[in-house]
Amino acid sequence: MAIERRLRIALVGKPNSGKSSLFNALTGLKQKIGNFPGITVDKRTGSCQLNDHTEADIIDLPGIYSLYPRTLDEKIVVEILTNKKSPDYPDRIAVIADATNLRNCLLLLTQLIDLGLPVVLGLNMMDLAAKSGLNLDVKKLSALFDVPVVMLNARQGFGIDELKRQLAGNLKPSGKRIFDTLNGMSSAVNAVKEHFTLSSFYEAFQYLQQPDNLKFLSGQEKDFIKRVASEHSFFPHKYQGAETIHRYGYIQEVLDVVVVKSAKQNWKVGTNRLDKILTHRIWGYVIFLVILFSIFQSVFALAQLPMDAIDRGFADLSAWLNARLPSGPLFELISNGIVPGIGGIIIFIPQIAILFAFISMLEESGYMSRVVFLMDKVMRHFGLSGRSVVPLMSGLACAIPAIMATRTIENWKERLITIFVTPLMSCSARLPVFAILVALIIPDIRIFGLIGLQGAALMGLYLLGFIAALLSALLLKSFVKNTERSFFIMEMPTYKVPKWSNVGFTIVEKTKTFVLQAGKIIVAVSIILWVLASYGPKEVMNQARQVVREQTADQQLTEEQFENSVAAYKLEHSYAGTIGKFMEPIIKPLGFDWKIGIALITSFAAREVFVSTIATIYSLGSAEDNVTIRNRLKDEINPETGQPQFTPAVGFSLLIFYVFAMQCMSTLAIVKRETKGWKWPLLQLFYMSGLAYTSALIVFQLLS
Amino acid sequence: MDKTVATMKPGEAAVIAGFSDEPLSVKLLEMGFLPGNVVVFNFAAPLGDPVCVNISGFDVSLRLEEAATISVID
Repeated sequence: MAIERRLRIALVGKPNSGKSSLFNALTGLKQKIGNFPGITVDKRTGSCQLNDHTEADIIDLPGIYSLYPRTLDEKIVVEILTNKKSPDYPDRIAVIADATNLRNCLLLLTQLIDLGLPVVLGLNMMDLAAKSGLNLDVKKLSALFDVPVVMLNARQGFGIDELKRQLAGNLKPSGKRIFDTLNGMSSAVNAVKEHFTLSSFYEAFQYLQQPDNLKFLSGQEKDFIKRVASEHSFFPHKYQGAETIHRYGYIQEVLDVVVVKSAKQNWKVGTNRLDKILTHRIWGYVIFLVILFSIFQSVFALAQLPMDAIDRGFADLSAWLNARLPSGPLFELISNGIVPGIGGIIIFIPQIAILFAFISMLEESGYMSRVVFLMDKVMRHFGLSGRSVVPLMSGLACAIPAIMATRTIENWKERLITIFVTPLMSCSARLPVFAILVALIIPDIRIFGLIGLQGAALMGLYLLGFIAALLSALLLKSFVKNTERSFFIMEMPTYKVPKWSNVGFTIVEKTKTFVLQAGKIIVAVSIILWVLASYGPKEVMNQARQVVREQTADQQLTEEQFENSVAAYKLEHSYAGTIGKFMEPIIKPLGFDWKIGIALITSFAAREVFVSTIATIYSLGSAEDNVTIRNRLKDEINPETGQPQFTPAVGFSLLIFYVFAMQCMSTLAIVKRETKGWKWPLLQLFYMSGLAYTSALIVFQLLS
Repeated sequence: MDKTVATMKPGEAAVIAGFSDEPLSVKLLEMGFLPGNVVVFNFAAPLGDPVCVNISGFDVSLRLEEAATISVID
C-alpha cells in the first residue's frame, strides 16, 4: 500500500533510559548520523514504517533530565522543541522513561506536556521493574497525565508494535497543565507570550528562562526578553527551582496513586555487590588497569590480521593500476596518490572499530560511570575531569572521535584541556612509525626470559604520551580561566549485560566519523604531498634517468634497482626534497638529515606515511615490508661520520619527536570546529611541535 | 558545623533540609534532591571524593564540594 503520510517523531528521555536501544529497534539499519544546521551536535535520524500508510522520520535527541541543558549537546533539545519553524520540529514525541526510576523521568514528561506537544510515554525496562517488585497502575498513570502510556522492553523488542500504533494514531496534546503561573511572574510571561504570539504559557516561560540557548531568536528578540525579565523582576534561577519543586510535587501525587506496590530495597543487590569490588580502594584501580591493559592487548592482537590484509590489498591495487593504466600524470595521481591515500585511512579501521567496541561495551554495562567516579579526583588535580577518561582512552585509537567525545564534559575549561591534550595520546597512526624505529634500535631480546625488550619499549612510548598529556594538562590548568561553574552530578546506572546490537551501532557510528571527518582531509593532503614529492624543477626531473644511469654505470643494477634509484633521485630533487634540504639546518641538532626531513613533511597528512616515504627515499620501492626497510636503514651510512646513520641517538630522538609532534591536519580541523576558532588548534600545533623539537633535541644531544 | 551530605558516613540516611548554592540547587532539584526527601549515603570513591548517594531509589554521584551544599537533618 502506498505511504500517504510522513511524520516527524522525536525520541526524548534521560540518559540510561534505553533510548538508543529503542531507536535501534525502531530504525534498524535505516539510520544515519548528520549535523544539526550551524552547530556541531550529532543528529541521529532514521526512518521507520509505523503502519501501512504512515512512515516516520525518527530523530534521537540527546539524553536529558529536563529542558534545562547542562552540556553543549543538550542545548539542541530545548531549541528544537520550542521552535515551530525548525525543520526538525517534531509532529509527535515519544518520551522514554526508565520504569525503575519513574520519578526522575516524569519531570521531563511534565515539561513537554506543558509545551503543548503531543506525547506518548514509553515505560521502558518493565522487566527490571517487575523483578524489583514494582507494580504500577498504568491505566491510572495514563489518565492522570492524559497521555497514552506504552509498556516497553526495548532490549527485547517488547511493546515496540504498540508504541508504533500509538504514534501513528490520532495523538493529541495532553489536556493537563501541570505548571502554571506562580506569584509574581505572570506579567513577564504574558508580555513575552503576547509579543511572540506563543500558544502556551510554558513556551513563554522557557523564552524567559533561557533566551541565550534558543538560537532561533534574533539578538533584538533576546534583548527584548531580557528587558522584560528585568523590568518585571523575573529571576530565572529562583523560578526554575520553584518550577522543579512544583512539578515533583505533582509527580509525587500521581505516584502515590499509581504505584500499587513499591520496589523492594534489595533488587539492586547485584549492583551493590559489584560496586563493593569495582570501586574498592585498591581493587577498583587494579581491576581498571587490568581491563585497560587487556583491551590494549586485544586491540593489537585482533587488528593485526585485517590490517595486514588491507595493507597488502592496497599495495597490490596500486601496483596493478600502475601496470594497467596508461602513463600520464593523471593516472599516476590515481594509482600513486589517491589509492594509497585512501588505503592510509582504511588501514586504521580495524583498530578504531575494535577499540570502540570495547569502550562501548564498558559504557553499555554501566562500568564506565564507575571509571569516571574512580578517576575524577585524580584527574581533577590535572585540570581534567573524571569524564576525560573516555576521550583519553579513545585517543589511543584516533584523536578525532576522541575529541568529539569530549562533548559530554560539562565544564568548558575541563573540556578544553581534554581537547588540548588528547592528541598526545599515541594514536594508531603512530604505531607503524614506532614499530619500525623500535625494531631498528632496540635489540630483540627478553629480560628475565619473559618481557620482550621491544614490547616494553613500545609500551614505554605509549606511557610517555600519556604522561605528557597529564603534565600538559597541569600546565594548561593555570593558564586557562574558568568562566563557568563545573557540575559533576552524574547518575550511577545499575550494571547490565551490554546489548550487542547497540555495541554494533556504536562501532559503525565511530568508524564513520573517522572515515568522513579524517578521511577527506587525509586524502586531500596526501594528494598535495604526492604532487610535492613527485614534481620538481622540470629540467632536473627530466634528466633524472640519465643522471642516475651515469652515476650507477659501474654498479650493474637490475631493472628494478635502477627504477628505485630513479625514484629516490626524483624524490630528492622534488619540491618536497627541496623543502627537506632547506629544513636540514633546523633539524640537524636533532640528528635528522634531509631524508628524514622529507619524511617529516610527508607525515603531515598522516603520521604513518613516514614509513612509505622512508622506503621510497632509500630506493626500496614503496611496497617493501618492514624487515627490508629496517635492514636498509641499518646499513645507511652517514656521509660525514662514516658511521651508521641510524644510531640509537637518532632513533630515540626520532621516536620522541613522533610521540609529541602534532602531525595531523584532521585533528587540527576537528579542534578548530569544536573550539570554534583557530586560536586553540594553532596553540596546540605550536605547543606540540615545540615540545617535540625540544625533547628530541635533548635526547639526541644527551645520547650522542 | 552544619551537617551536610558531605559529612555523612556510608550507610547513613538523612533528610534533605535545604541548599546553600542557588545555581547548583537547580540542578540538584532536577535530579530529584528535594527538601524533605531521604538521602542515603552509599559510598565514597577511594580518595574520598566524589561520593555516591541514593535519592528515592536513584543512585547519583556528586563531588564533595557539591555534596557540601546540601544540608541535611538526621
